[in-house]
Amino acid sequence: MRRRVIFRGKVLPYLLLAPQIAVTLVFFFWPAGQAIRQSVLREDPFGLRSEFVGLENFREVLADPLYLNAVWNTAVFSAAVAALALGAALFLAVLADKQIRGAGAYKTLLIWPYAVAPAVAAVLWLFLFHPSIGLVGRALNAAGIAWDYKLNGAQAMALVILASAWKQVSYNFIFFLAGLQSIPRSVLEAAAMDGARPAYRFWTVVFPLLSPTTFFLVVVNLTYAFFDTFGVIHALTGGGPGKATETLIYKVYVDGVQNLNLGGSAAQSVILMAIVIALTAVQFRHVERRVHY
Amino acid sequence: MATLELAGVRKSFGAVPVLHGIDLAVADGEMVVIVGASGCGKSTLLRIVAGLETPTGGRVLIDGRDVTPLEPADRDIAMVFQNYALYPHMSVFDNMAYGLKIRRVPRAEIRRRVQETAELLGISALLDRRPRQLSGGQRQRVAMGRAIVREPRLFLFDEPLSNLDAKLRVQMRAEIRRLQRRLGVTSLFVTHDQTEAMTLGDRLVVMHQGRAAQIATPMEVWARPADTYVAGFIGSPAMNFLEARLAAEGRAAALAAGPVLRFADGARPGPEGRRLVLGVRPEHVRAAAAGEDGIPLAVDLAEPLGSETVLHGRLPGGEAFTARLPGAGAPQAGTVLPLLLPAEALHVFDAETGRRLDPLPA
Repeated sequence: MRRRVIFRGKVLPYLLLAPQIAVTLVFFFWPAGQAIRQSVLREDPFGLRSEFVGLENFREVLADPLYLNAVWNTAVFSAAVAALALGAALFLAVLADKQIRGAGAYKTLLIWPYAVAPAVAAVLWLFLFHPSIGLVGRALNAAGIAWDYKLNGAQAMALVILASAWKQVSYNFIFFLAGLQSIPRSVLEAAAMDGARPAYRFWTVVFPLLSPTTFFLVVVNLTYAFFDTFGVIHALTGGGPGKATETLIYKVYVDGVQNLNLGGSAAQSVILMAIVIALTAVQFRHVERRVHY
Repeated sequence: MATLELAGVRKSFGAVPVLHGIDLAVADGEMVVIVGASGCGKSTLLRIVAGLETPTGGRVLIDGRDVTPLEPADRDIAMVFQNYALYPHMSVFDNMAYGLKIRRVPRAEIRRRVQETAELLGISALLDRRPRQLSGGQRQRVAMGRAIVREPRLFLFDEPLSNLDAKLRVQMRAEIRRLQRRLGVTSLFVTHDQTEAMTLGDRLVVMHQGRAAQIATPMEVWARPADTYVAGFIGSPAMNFLEARLAAEGRAAALAAGPVLRFADGARPGPEGRRLVLGVRPEHVRAAAAGEDGIPLAVDLAEPLGSETVLHGRLPGGEAFTARLPGAGAPQAGTVLPLLLPAEALHVFDAETGRRLDPLPA
């Protein structure tokens, strides 16, 4: 039930909105404004003076082979994280949707990883995959596979993808499960009576009916992989080895905080901001307008 | 086309039994309607035939072959669901073609069969639409079309008309009957609506608390209900029931209210004073003419329907009683009207078991 509240004056409604507006102003518009301002300035090495350089910072960033490396890393990383997290979550949700004993406990366990902080998650995976103290890492080496993600860039990438995807599976699982449960049972029964085997039924009926959920999750997962995986990467690989796992968000940190190239780092954040705005716009459009059936 | 046979079909959900052994044989091309109040197990029975539920005991045979262990997909049965269960992301054409595609019917033939069926149902113009762009009646037709186009051995209908408005329901009812006759497909139709059951079925299965209370033609069920449940369920307004005792060596019933009514068709078994329930349909009651000795009905509600009037009231013993009299000039509420209960219209039931008591052979 939606009830429309009518206010008499204009003071109260603005007052009620004020906390939200204040939070947005302080934690988004202010830093975003700073970043945009910073992105067109260049500081001297001692931070005493800054001069206006126009789009020079952007030009430099986009021509930097290390930046293009980070773009490529981000593309690989995000695509893999989204694919892995969505695939695993859908598989688990389909299993959990069946009527099985102890489904409640099973579902609760699957939702837990979401509550684990990124750094803690990273440490968990580190204890599994560390070449000398990790359970799996040692087993791999004992089996004759040269496993050391601290030396091998591809292995490092695989590890951060695995850890990041693992953390996101829970979130996707909840949405997929809700999506599956909202498909009318009778539609599936109708398909069964039409002669469709479970696998065929899944691809021709269940999956298409899940497509709005899937689309929403693809956008959310890409956003997650772009922006919320800093902690995992920082704790596991620190962007290494040799910048093999340096993503766009990680490079912003490295250039700004470690290398103190404030102008270049700010320019990168502005680019990232543009990407997230684009992603959000796409999502809003589709979620509001196009339901796929 | 096929025959269907149910042998001792039982079903329990956990410790709760919902079907207590149903036996039924449906002939080739016959339309059998399963009717009963909600919770009587009628839908469960249909779903067991479909293969969507596994029976706890008993067997389902199609054309003499035991299909109990088979999946729904392997039974070659089509079902029309109460909420239609159309595939919302597919066009009407694809909805109807789905089952044929699975059976790897050649494309050209799929097209031909879907178009023929659509024509039969008058939905040719809708083939490109999605289900959500259709009205309730159109969805209903598409659901029928999806079942028909597959040319299955058996049709199952699970209350397919209950989501339609009254006028459309009557229209679709006639249409389903016509189609079923024309296609000659053996059908099971589940409904809670007795009018639907009476008009659609070659035979009825009246279900009550997980048992088949009576399996017979609609006229037989109406004229000779097997027990008080069936008698009260079929017919509108419902049959009147009066407490009575066996009298005159089994040849009459003494109403609790006083009058003694003689049976027209012979004596009932049992000792004098055996407790009975007498049933009289409201439409069989007559207003007593002057000089005739009727049972007085204290009318407390009169419903004029134009061609007839339905009177609700109480008999001297306090029993609620309904009478349906021809014409609109019947008495008003508050009056007392003497009624006659014709002997040939009496149904006699045993008060303990509720079963019908037939006259002893003369």
